Amino acid sequence: MFVTSAFAQTAPEATETLAAPGAAPVGELHTETGVAHDDAHATGVFPPFDASTYPSQLLWLVITFGLFYLLMQKVIVPRVGGILEQRHDRIAQDLDEAARLKADADAAVETYEKELAAARSKAHTIGESARDAAKTKATSDRAAIEAELAQKLSAAEARIGEIKTQAFAQVGAIAEDTATAIVDQLIGAKASAGDIKAAVVAASPKEA
Amino acid sequence: MANDPTHQFQIQKIVPIEIGGMDFSFTNASLFMVATVASAAGFLYFATSQRGLVPGRAQSLAEMSYEFIASMLREGAGSSGMKFFPMVFSLFMFVLTANMLGMFPYFFTITSQIIVTFALALFVIGTVVVYGFYKHGLRFLGVFVPSGVPGILLPLVVTIEIISFLSRPISLSVRLFANMLAGHITLKVFSGFVASLGALGALGIGGAILPLIMTVALTGLEFLVAFLQAYVFAVLTCMYLNDAVHPGGH
Repeated sequence: MFVTSAFAQTAPEATETLAAPGAAPVGELHTETGVAHDDAHATGVFPPFDASTYPSQLLWLVITFGLFYLLMQKVIVPRVGGILEQRHDRIAQDLDEAARLKADADAAVETYEKELAAARSKAHTIGESARDAAKTKATSDRAAIEAELAQKLSAAEARIGEIKTQAFAQVGAIAEDTATAIVDQLIGAKASAGDIKAAVVAASPKEA
Repeated sequence: MANDPTHQFQIQKIVPIEIGGMDFSFTNASLFMVATVASAAGFLYFATSQRGLVPGRAQSLAEMSYEFIASMLREGAGSSGMKFFPMVFSLFMFVLTANMLGMFPYFFTITSQIIVTFALALFVIGTVVVYGFYKHGLRFLGVFVPSGVPGILLPLVVTIEIISFLSRPISLSVRLFANMLAGHITLKVFSGFVASLGALGALGIGGAILPLIMTVALTGLEFLVAFLQAYVFAVLTCMYLNDAVHPGGH
């Protein structure tokens, strides 16, 4: 039933289809049947199996596809292939460059570390020798000072002994003078020097 | 006509040309062949005209198509099959563009014409046969003799292989043709239901929703089929070319 309703729209177009290849004057016929109005069109076969259209389709397919094939082969495929190859090369080149730079950086790091190690060992050597030198000097200085001190000590001891001897030597004379003065004060008579001397010697401690 | 699902496959003359009693008219089919070639070639040409080291969107698409077919051919026919790359690439792009253009309403689908798909299939098989004999001479007949078959079964197997080889152009062309034809007829039938039911009043409009959903879903499916059939055509082409390159390599 919807075929008839749709037919109202198709009626004017049915005349257009008459211009199609081998169209039979069947437009009026369709108004009676109202069905399959296009099936009877042309040679009345299903359009893809209508052999009368084959020569034209084949010719135009050969022309268009042939041109397309040529364009692909001569222009597009080499171009896209070139683009891809260029990109591939460029990436490989960039990777090489990156690897080279990395090797450079590694070498620089290695040099740096080597120099650092050298400097460190040199600093160590310098420190060691300085410490050794300082130690040697300190030892020798101390030895010198100790020697000097010992010398001064012995000199001082010698002088002390001398002064002591001297002092003991004068003790007798002082005692005789004192005794003479005491005797003189006590008895008012001069005692002979020989007596006093003998008395001092007798009164002195034996060891002095 | 609005409901006739086969009307879309009708060939209509635009410029009548007749040579030697044969009809070579420029028809709507010819027009869409030109449109297919123009859009596919135009796209590939202008997308790659920048030759950018870093590709833009269009150039990426062109490169992807190129690498898609290149890897397909390399897997199918080995690196020695790469000399057929322009052929497989052209076939794929042509069929894909033709299928996709056919998805536009009112557009003519050239791959729904059996003569077109058969011509393309013959081109493939013709290339296989000609190159096979040119390159390998009679050794190309080794295609029909699979290795490791016991002698008593050999006649049977060779017969089967010959039949299978001869049916290749038919299966290759009918697969593409029938898929496009059936898909477009189905779409037309369901969308016809929408129009017809919609003319029946309120109830009809309610009922038209179902075929409308179906039409939308089928449109999506048909886009998938349009790509898939171009892909299948290219894959089979690679497989058949493999026979031409390595005739005994089963």
